[in-house]
Amino acid sequence: MSALADEAPLAAPLVNATRFRTAHESDWARLDALLTRIEKRSVRALSDEDLLALPLLYRTALSSLSVARETSLDRALTAYLEQLCTRAYFQLYGVPTSLSRQLVHFFAIGWPMAVRALWKETLFCVLLLAVGTATGFMLVAHDPAWYYSLIPDGMSGGRDPSASVATLRDTIYGESKRDSMLGAFATFLFTHNSQVAIFAFALGFAFAVPSLLLLVYQGLTLGAMLALFFSKGLGPGFVGWLTIHGTTELFAIAIAGAAGIRIGTAVALPGRETRIDAAVRAGRATGVAMAGVVCMLLIAGLLEGIGRQTVQVDAWRYGIGLAMLFAWLTYYYLPRGQGGRDALAVAR
Amino acid sequence: MRWPWPASRPPRNLQGFRRSFVTPEGVDLRLELGSAAARAGAFILDWVIIVLIAVAATLAVITLGIAGAGSEILAVIWLIGLFVLRAGWFTLFEMGTRGATPGKRLLGLRVIARDGARLTGAAVITRNAMREIEVFLPLSFLGQQTAQGAADGFLVLFALLWSGIFLLFPLFNRDRLRVGDLLAGTWVVHNVRHKLGADLVGSAAARPTRVFSEAALDLYGIYELQTLEDVLRNARPEAITTVAATIRRKAGIADDGDDYGFLSDYYAALCARLERGMMLGRRRADKHSRVAVR
Repeated sequence: MSALADEAPLAAPLVNATRFRTAHESDWARLDALLTRIEKRSVRALSDEDLLALPLLYRTALSSLSVARETSLDRALTAYLEQLCTRAYFQLYGVPTSLSRQLVHFFAIGWPMAVRALWKETLFCVLLLAVGTATGFMLVAHDPAWYYSLIPDGMSGGRDPSASVATLRDTIYGESKRDSMLGAFATFLFTHNSQVAIFAFALGFAFAVPSLLLLVYQGLTLGAMLALFFSKGLGPGFVGWLTIHGTTELFAIAIAGAAGIRIGTAVALPGRETRIDAAVRAGRATGVAMAGVVCMLLIAGLLEGIGRQTVQVDAWRYGIGLAMLFAWLTYYYLPRGQGGRDALAVAR
Repeated sequence: MRWPWPASRPPRNLQGFRRSFVTPEGVDLRLELGSAAARAGAFILDWVIIVLIAVAATLAVITLGIAGAGSEILAVIWLIGLFVLRAGWFTLFEMGTRGATPGKRLLGLRVIARDGARLTGAAVITRNAMREIEVFLPLSFLGQQTAQGAADGFLVLFALLWSGIFLLFPLFNRDRLRVGDLLAGTWVVHNVRHKLGADLVGSAAARPTRVFSEAALDLYGIYELQTLEDVLRNARPEAITTVAATIRRKAGIADDGDDYGFLSDYYAALCARLERGMMLGRRRADKHSRVAVR
């Protein structure tokens, strides 16, 4: 250092940045080229040799950055090294595992674990649904006028206390006009229900109150419908009509509500953690469960759109519905081996 | 001391959107957060692309339907397609290796986990599910009400207030977090590729240099040096003339007619001097900080 400072004053001053650039520029350029290739195409565009060189070049660039920050005043140099290291960091550390492995992990471990972790909230939501249903049932059973205030006109589709038994029977067993487009109907149901579920989940952020209200309301309408059909002597048929897809759909809605409640309570009652840390933990844990809910609703949509319209026998409808419920319960809550222990990091 | 801040304090705008982000190797990358404007721009871009695709798909389905293709299959594909577009566009793109939707990529943004770990699918799902209540809920609600002609003043006001709280949420916290970012533990950073600028000192070394007095080099600190670097790199004639005139006036140097050459030489000399000071533990942040001159 001092040798340089002592040189004749007329010689061009040589600064650290210049020396540093000449010494390392080729390494940076190579890393830059490799990163550009990965970003434009994919990691597969690199040869084995380049792939092995990547981490070394990354560490070289990182150490260059540290040195440049401490010894050089060339801002262009530090800015360049910062973006180079950042891009390299994302390529080396930030890239998720391959989509297929993520999917396998999701179905085998991530989804059931995430739902199981929500069991308390799920149970609470199921109870809430049941309370709502019972309330709706009793209200309408006492005074059919309640039916009109609980169920909006658009939703009833002619199913109200003034309808004849034959009309109501038709809505359960009849060849509906949608029969010609079963697949489309199923898809419509799936997309619509999924939007509602995502919505119920997102609303949980407001201290879970909207999620709870949505669940109770869902129960109320269900109870009102039940009361209507039971009063006309069509109870068992209606329950069958509902069970075939309802076990899956209501379960999914309960899980979505549970996920919302988890977030809402984490925000409202963070416990020992900071509010944000608690929210992040709850948010990540429930994200997986929500992906599962969308899958469940896809199945529910298929059962409702296609299964219910083609299966007209009560016994079969009950059978399919209960079998689905049993399958979900086994999938979520049956104890598993310790093989997927690391997955708990996601579920917790 | 200068009113109203102590002079040693770094300029606010330099620190504003830089966030510490330490790699496992222990180096702080000092990531720059995406600005609210860039993020809003990215969202609008994405939304425009989504709407264009949706319209194109709808037109295609209609023409195919008129041509007499299987209407049910078409309807299924159309419904699923729209759902995937709306619910999956952001999620699927952000789960990919680039961590950004096309709109974000165009504006040089990227989603990352705040804790430095890899971005998980769960975080991306949560982040984007929240968009439902942030943007789509008030918009679709408003649209529905307007379509029915039932949008009275109170409802409109409520919808605007609701979306206002969530839309402007990023402006009210230090890290520009959306509600979704907050819950998912993510943030959006600038991730732009740029080239290494030419070495200013190295290029100055090729020519015979001017010699500056100690007093002339004692005028400025690191902040001014780096501002001068920007002036030289941008090379706007009027800026160079102004800066050169100012430095000459302060240092009492006669005008020799070569502004750019003068500034390059001054930059090189000042840079060498400040660096030398830095190596000896005397870092001079800007022209206001006093360093004992021997």
